[in-house]
Amino acid sequence: MTLLEVRNLEVTYPGGVAAVRGVDLSLTAGQKVGVAGESGSGKSTLALALLRLLPPGTRVSGEILLNGEDVLTMRWGRVRAVRWAGASIVFQGAMHSLNPVHRIGDQIAEPVLLHQGATAAQARRRAGELLEQAGLPAARASAYPHELSGGQRQRVMIAMALACDPQLIIADEPTTALDVMIQAQILGLIQGLVTDQDVGLIMISHDLAVLADSCDRLVIMYAGRVIEEGPAQQVYENALHPYGQALSASFPHIGDPASRFAPRGLAGDPPDPSALPSGCAFHPRCAEALEGCATEDQFLREAGRGRRAACVHVPVGVVGVAARDSSVPEQAADVTELAVGTGPAVEVAQSAGPGGSSGPGGRDEQGRPGGSAGPVERVGSARHAGPTDPARSAGPTGPAEATGPAEPAERATPAGPAEPAERATPAGPAEPAEPAGRATPAGPAGPAGPAGPVEGMTTGRAAGRAEGSDSGTAAARAESPGHPGTGHPSPSPGPGPGPGPENTPDPAAPPHDTRSPS
Amino acid sequence: MAADVTSVPVEETAGPGTGSSRSGYVRYVGGKLGGAVVSLLAVLVTGFFLFRLIPGDPVKTMTGGRPISTAQLAEYRREFGLDLPLWEQFTDYCGKALTGDLGTSYQFRAPVIDKISEALPNTLLLTGTAFVLYTALGMFLGTRSAWRNGSLSDRFNTGLALTLYSVPSFWLGLLLIIVFSVGVGPIPGLFPTGGMESGDKEGFAYVLDVAHHLVLPVVTLVAVEYGQTLLVTRSALLDEMGSDYLTTARAKGLRDDLVRRRHAVPNALLPTVTLVFVNLGRTVAGVILVETVFSWPGLGGLFYQALSVPDLPLVQGLFLFFAAAVIVMNTLADLVYPLLDPRVGR
Amino acid sequence: MTTPTAPLLSAQGLHVAFPGRRGGAPARAVDGVDLDIRPGEVVALVGESGCGKTTLARSLLGLVPPTGGRVTFDGKPLQYSSRALKAYRRRVQLVLQDPSGSLNPRHTVYDAVAEGLRIHGGVSDEQAVVARALSRAGLRPPERFFLRYPHELSGGQRQRVVIAGALVLEPELLVADEPVASLDASVRGEILALLLRLRTELGLAALVVTHDLGLAWNIADRVAVMYLGRIVETGDAERVLTAPQHPYTQALLSVLPEAPGDPVVLSGEPPDPSRIPSGCRFRVRCQILASGEAERAGVAHRCRTEDLEVLGGGGEAQVACHWARVPDPAV
Repeated sequence: MTLLEVRNLEVTYPGGVAAVRGVDLSLTAGQKVGVAGESGSGKSTLALALLRLLPPGTRVSGEILLNGEDVLTMRWGRVRAVRWAGASIVFQGAMHSLNPVHRIGDQIAEPVLLHQGATAAQARRRAGELLEQAGLPAARASAYPHELSGGQRQRVMIAMALACDPQLIIADEPTTALDVMIQAQILGLIQGLVTDQDVGLIMISHDLAVLADSCDRLVIMYAGRVIEEGPAQQVYENALHPYGQALSASFPHIGDPASRFAPRGLAGDPPDPSALPSGCAFHPRCAEALEGCATEDQFLREAGRGRRAACVHVPVGVVGVAARDSSVPEQAADVTELAVGTGPAVEVAQSAGPGGSSGPGGRDEQGRPGGSAGPVERVGSARHAGPTDPARSAGPTGPAEATGPAEPAERATPAGPAEPAERATPAGPAEPAEPAGRATPAGPAGPAGPAGPVEGMTTGRAAGRAEGSDSGTAAARAESPGHPGTGHPSPSPGPGPGPGPENTPDPAAPPHDTRSPS
Repeated sequence: MAADVTSVPVEETAGPGTGSSRSGYVRYVGGKLGGAVVSLLAVLVTGFFLFRLIPGDPVKTMTGGRPISTAQLAEYRREFGLDLPLWEQFTDYCGKALTGDLGTSYQFRAPVIDKISEALPNTLLLTGTAFVLYTALGMFLGTRSAWRNGSLSDRFNTGLALTLYSVPSFWLGLLLIIVFSVGVGPIPGLFPTGGMESGDKEGFAYVLDVAHHLVLPVVTLVAVEYGQTLLVTRSALLDEMGSDYLTTARAKGLRDDLVRRRHAVPNALLPTVTLVFVNLGRTVAGVILVETVFSWPGLGGLFYQALSVPDLPLVQGLFLFFAAAVIVMNTLADLVYPLLDPRVGR
Repeated sequence: MTTPTAPLLSAQGLHVAFPGRRGGAPARAVDGVDLDIRPGEVVALVGESGCGKTTLARSLLGLVPPTGGRVTFDGKPLQYSSRALKAYRRRVQLVLQDPSGSLNPRHTVYDAVAEGLRIHGGVSDEQAVVARALSRAGLRPPERFFLRYPHELSGGQRQRVVIAGALVLEPELLVADEPVASLDASVRGEILALLLRLRTELGLAALVVTHDLGLAWNIADRVAVMYLGRIVETGDAERVLTAPQHPYTQALLSVLPEAPGDPVVLSGEPPDPSRIPSGCRFRVRCQILASGEAERAGVAHRCRTEDLEVLGGGGEAQVACHWARVPDPAV
């Protein structure tokens, strides 16, 4: 059952800054949802809003249903009762979230005394137990926060969060500022406790990689909105929104030649919440922005099983309409699935990767290909343009790129049953060749129709990636556009008609087509 | 993630100063006390030499310029030890000061220490009462102001406190005397113009009489002094209010007033503690202007009299006494602080 | 990377110790380090907080005098007179983690960048030099930034200003201490790309101090892994990061989110640098020793009793671990 259901949450600070602009979120018991975002994305505001901890004068609208009860309309007395007993928060405990002049044992015991009416002795005993659960000796209860290391303080925060057996734990940057090893300890601890006690966990962090690793679902926020959500690994490895893609690309995969000497990021800065750009808030930093993006706001749209993204390239238009068509052919649905990367195919792809390299290249493709269905117009080129990142061009040029166009297809294959493509090494590309054949994999699942487009698309984007990733270079990039046939086919003809309709059926998987590349 | 956690027994990294916190505090106290002793000695030395710089022959001052025989002069000099070489005067002074003998007042022909102990209770009555009132008032209003930062009452309180803080105390005292003692227009003279007692009361009536005399000087002092405490408390609390641990406390479900009382205020008061102790030190020193304006027979008034002569041993003695009081109170603040804030001195 | 070029900056047997608290044992923050940085080379110094990496960097800059060993720059030992240091710091520049803290909020961008020039003097066309440094740091057109104040810039832009301030003196080496740790993930890439570009375009060498192994993978030629005051593994970045030899490096890499295999989570925290264990300094946390693998390889005794020598500072792959050095380790 649903533990937490947030509907259309909007938060505006007293100064008029809209920090959260319409967020939906839901969580069931035992589920772990990661909320990723950068400064100004509204993720921390969201955390505070869940327990009505925002400063007075802040306007909050929407609904926050905790066990079906709306936190926003509760009386204050009820809110206080829900705080900690119903849902607790693990703040970034590195330094300031503990009162510096109270012993940690007292701080842990405080909510126990408050909510459970325990005697002082019971509360003290409970504090000791909790500390041990969190991996600290009970005797540390008499320590002051400054006597503990950062990791130990974070353990105290966790012990405190568990004090009243809450059903929901909100962890706001629980491992920020900790060393990797301590971070691993803390994450392991949180995971273990969440599993043991079957509580729901919302973990908020700037670190997409950590979230992908420790959560079931992932929500990416930008400028106060959720711009993408879905199963954690899928979102991380195969983001649909250009921002999601850029964000996950900015976490290098060690061992992946694509990121060697090629740090990736996004030009520009996260938006200032008090001066958001018009239209899609991401458009000034988006390499694939269309003209309309500057004026037209984008909202989340279905993008496959359990996935949603807010980008014009995840079309609702044609497809969407079609999608509503009741006579959805089943196969179409399958196709979509594949495309989305949910299908088994995906898994194959992932596991495939012994070579370990170019994750990104592979992934996206496949997601897209299926989706490729639609949209049609656009952008292949725009996307390629995207990779402007100078760093990329720096890579030594490899022969691989020659194949650029072709190989991408290959990578696309990942979608294909057999092919490991996803993680395929740079070497992979070498085997280029049969885009069509491989592409089909997508096909099999669904009617052949999509295949055509699919591969087209794939190729397009693969090309783009290829260069980035495997040291293919500018050359590759340049090339892709050059091969309209191969590279961009998708955009134009193929996909439009054929797949469009077919995919459309499944509303869930609106073809994110075009966006494939990137 | 938790899979295969290789666990290796490790000595828990003890945070800084767990086992050693007691010896840490002892060391800290030792340091502070040592510092205080050094300061006191410095005051002692300064006190001696500073007042030798005052122009004029003390003996001539003593005789008020009346003609006097050389023999008498020499007699006086011997009596007050002024015939000895400076160095001997100094060692003599130090030795006596350390035993509590601050010399003999020229003016009153009485031991300085007696004069001080006579006036001290009067001063403590006045300034002590004022201290308690302005500290409480300042902290209360400061806390309220900060908690309602930016509200009308905050702005009014801060504005008023600043205004009164910048008013000269003697001016305010005179104003109060004019209005409430002398009486203006319809306002009758409600309070005595000065002094500590009317001199004709006994028993409980005496107590009431003293209290009656106390009102105006205390009001003056409180009005002038509470602003500082208010402002310091307010800004300390404002600094504290952005703290994450207060959000933690609220998230635990504590009521707002508990968050304030249990978490915010105790932390915010830490910086105020120093100020309070310094004020406490000044309490002993009396308030020269206010005591003078209200003819209060306290240390402040005594100091004024000593200076106008000048009565060297008395000035010197009072100086030593005042300085020592401030040093002792500061040291006390230092010693109390670690008990309030575990981060200090361990 | 093992080109025989003479190192630009070199530390030999460097030790830095701080007096112990209240008469305790001194904290050996840097406990014997050899490290060379050659012209145009990007070296990443990685380790957890408290491992001494920041002290090492500061010591290389002459900000902390070594208690043993020496630092040479361009073949000459570093002099600690204030004049010699001033000349040295013209050639070696420091970039700190927090750009907000390292920029004076009341100085304009122009002043911040020109400050170095003014200290070192002798520049005829200050404005042109400042403009060039700003545009090299990616702030273009530079004139638009001259009169801005730090609070008007984003975090990424501030870090670019700090870098421009370092570039303005045309140094040969940048020492960057966690240069992107305080920046948003999407902004980091651009700053790192900038460091790489400076290396390509200006031949600038860099020592990047970081706890982030991914960052090392992104930009470093060579990686040195530091633990408790010593470098425990060093070598080509590809090799150290993809085929780590030292159990500590292996553990660090294994806990990264997308690392293959099971994570090896070491318990506890690194010991205090005033109480460095005898024998191998990593032994108390070593998963290899704890699991008995070292025993099987026949080195456990040495692990417990025998300290390892200081690794050479050159480019060759080296590891300070008895177990890893067993010819065919433990199988």
